[in-house]
Amino acid sequence: MKLELRGITKRFPGVVANDDVNLSISTGEVLALVGENGAGKSTLMNVLYGLYKADEGEILIDDSVVRFTSPADAISAGIGMVHQHFMLVPVFTVAENVVLGIEPTKRFGALDIDKARQLVREVSDRYNLDLDPDAIVEDLPVGVRQRVEIVKVLMRDAKIVVFDEPTAVLTPSEIIEFFSIVRTLIASGKGVVFITHKLKEALTIADRINVLRRGKVAGAADPKTATEAQIAEMMVGRAVQLTVNKKPATPGDAVLNVQNLSVVDPDGRKVVDDISFVVHAGEIVGVAGVQGNGQTELVETLSGLRRLNSGQITLDGKDVTHSSPRDLHTSGMGHIPEDRQLQGLVTGMSITENLVLTRYHDGMFSDGVKMKWPKAKEIAKELVANYDIRTSDPEQLASTLSGGNQQKVIVARELSRDIRLVLAAQPTRGIDVGSIEYIHEQIVKERDSGTAVLIVSTELDEVMALSDRVLVMYRGKIVAELDPKKVSHMDVGLYMAGSRPTESAGAKS
Amino acid sequence: MKDLLKSLRYTLLALVASLLVGAIIIVITDVDALKSGDFGKAFSTVFNAYKSLFQGSFWGVRSISNTIAGTTPLLLSGLAVSIAFKGGLFNIGATGQMLAGGMTSLWVGFAFDGPGWLQVPLAVAAGAIGGAIFGGIAGLLKARTGAHEVITTIMLNSIASFLVLWLLKTTLFQREGRPDPISKPISEASRLPRLFGFLDGRVDLVAHAGFIVALLATLFYWWLLKRTTVGFELRATGLNSDAAKYAGMKTKSLMVIAMLFAGGFAGMAGATEVLGTYGYASTSLAGNIGFDAIAVALLGQSSPIGTLVSALLFGALQAGGRSMQANTDVPVDLIIVLRALIVMFVAAPLLVKAMFRVKSQVVSQGQTFRGWGG
Repeated sequence: MKLELRGITKRFPGVVANDDVNLSISTGEVLALVGENGAGKSTLMNVLYGLYKADEGEILIDDSVVRFTSPADAISAGIGMVHQHFMLVPVFTVAENVVLGIEPTKRFGALDIDKARQLVREVSDRYNLDLDPDAIVEDLPVGVRQRVEIVKVLMRDAKIVVFDEPTAVLTPSEIIEFFSIVRTLIASGKGVVFITHKLKEALTIADRINVLRRGKVAGAADPKTATEAQIAEMMVGRAVQLTVNKKPATPGDAVLNVQNLSVVDPDGRKVVDDISFVVHAGEIVGVAGVQGNGQTELVETLSGLRRLNSGQITLDGKDVTHSSPRDLHTSGMGHIPEDRQLQGLVTGMSITENLVLTRYHDGMFSDGVKMKWPKAKEIAKELVANYDIRTSDPEQLASTLSGGNQQKVIVARELSRDIRLVLAAQPTRGIDVGSIEYIHEQIVKERDSGTAVLIVSTELDEVMALSDRVLVMYRGKIVAELDPKKVSHMDVGLYMAGSRPTESAGAKS
Repeated sequence: MKDLLKSLRYTLLALVASLLVGAIIIVITDVDALKSGDFGKAFSTVFNAYKSLFQGSFWGVRSISNTIAGTTPLLLSGLAVSIAFKGGLFNIGATGQMLAGGMTSLWVGFAFDGPGWLQVPLAVAAGAIGGAIFGGIAGLLKARTGAHEVITTIMLNSIASFLVLWLLKTTLFQREGRPDPISKPISEASRLPRLFGFLDGRVDLVAHAGFIVALLATLFYWWLLKRTTVGFELRATGLNSDAAKYAGMKTKSLMVIAMLFAGGFAGMAGATEVLGTYGYASTSLAGNIGFDAIAVALLGQSSPIGTLVSALLFGALQAGGRSMQANTDVPVDLIIVLRALIVMFVAAPLLVKAMFRVKSQVVSQGQTFRGWGG
């Protein structure tokens, strides 16, 4: 089967999400579709999957035009999609989930669960997916859940399978497993479209790479010859710095000192388990780990948003174990929160208002009753200029900014305060390469001025590139303290997955 | 300013759309005209109804006075709902808060015998305080226990109305010689002055200085939201309480503060009704105003100017509706239908957009408040 998108154009109010995009994919090959967030990858795939109707252009299967008005049309044409966020019912078994919507029935419409089980087993064996049809989905690790999604797609006779950012939630070892599944799919005659913004992965697995930039096809690359830097340049439209330029750290006194910190969540699970570490002035400490291993809770506790159960936290020698967020801000903590839309910004407020969100109560901006808006506007103008926030008017709503610029608003606000410690959680998640570069520079600059920095990120590349020391978190514990210059990505990946490299090179503990 | 014009345009279009639907309703309920198939007559019925609706609300000093009198409590209680919305809360308790404020101002109004310049401000302030305390209860319950304000304010409405019924039967409040729950009249000095008092002898001009109180309250609301630190915190909490917590704001105290202000505004609505419109209190003091206030706030998108404009619109419809009923065969109930339609059309901007083919990409954002999970 050959699938072709010809001249696809999709407009949304104010933007052209896809502009005359041409793409083709045949069974037996892996096409990687790379591009920055907002480049139009997801829109394109939603057009293909019948969720959006293209304004112009056509979809061809084996050279004849087809029209998809709903996902059902796309599925019956042999297109399957594995979404980034899984569409599974957590309390159902694997078999139940897989047959949802196409349930095999016995007489009187009763669900034939034995048939469902058998189907799962068949598909699972044929593609080496190793799935237990009776396992409850919520008990399964993320990588296995993804395989359930894959079975769902395969059981609906997909010939072309689209994966939307499939590796975002996987551990490094799960990613390797995932790649072997993709190879099995190809070997059995399927075609795979692999949407990603991770260039390394695209180079590893793809037969061809297509790059999208601002809704247009910016070019194609051959994974055998192209380099990461070349593709990145195509994605962004200019040469980009993929590594972080920084001088060796000159650590000073301890700024953040965490001793035996434990946090229990409302369900009674110990999400942070007896953690101790120190962050010194002038160094960047990175916390690596797969999402959901207690990093979110750690950051929330350190920033005063969550109560701890035991342990002690000191900031610059002052006990801040039970301090409120406000106290921590005034004691010199800058916090770049994990989710900019959810916590970092009030998107319904102006950029100016967001730029003073954590210090509006300061004597500079408020006399206790009234806000000093002229002063706030003045400072906002400065910050917009100094931190390269791309907007025509700081009085516009923060929601009008792109993700990268929204993040810059938060970085500007937090770093421009008089701070001793930066707590940065996922500081560059989902933003464009240009903004990532910029934010990384700012964080290193902050370190060089003597601020202590704690970075928590699930992007291993980011942690490795930025940090002077790396802590690995697994199931609420710190399982390793590593020197990023002396340890390989692969070894850190093993720690993240809870195992231990045989030769613990560079590991201090 | 641009946003204001945009939202005014939608409100205006919604008004036109609902008048059109209202016209259809008038025609299809006019059985005589339908039987005779006389569409000229049907058309003239609609025309006359809308003519007297308009005349009854804006034509002449009497109509304007009626509009103002109707607007006053709607505006104040509309502010009560609006400020709660801004803080992320859905205040359905304006009725109860109005009753509470009405009773406290009533007490000041008859229990003291001071001069007018002291009595009036004192009684209005008492109304604000009474309402604030009553509103604050719902805020406190939410902050302390997480009890949803929609439930608690509805319950507090019932508590307030039965409390008022009981109070009006006590010797402190009940008028001597009356068996029914009617309060003592307030002292003449405590009455809010008539706005058109300078036109001698026109007893039909019922508008009173409560309207000025309401305008000042609207100005205060604007100042609070836009100029003060508390207003900033309220807006941040209402739009994104997680971000507000992250920023170090005390979101629970802010819930209480929002409900205190909300109750204060509604309490003043009760006060101006007692001190201006009636001169005494009865169980029907709050009427439907507390619920109409929700529509006013929704229509005005909780902004100070929007609340003012929609309160005026509803006040005008109310005044005009009475004259429409008096002069034509169209019943005043049509006004309720029209109001409902306006709110519906405003809540469905896409519908209005489609009807009038408005070429604008930005659809007004509508009201935000936290749902049951909040």
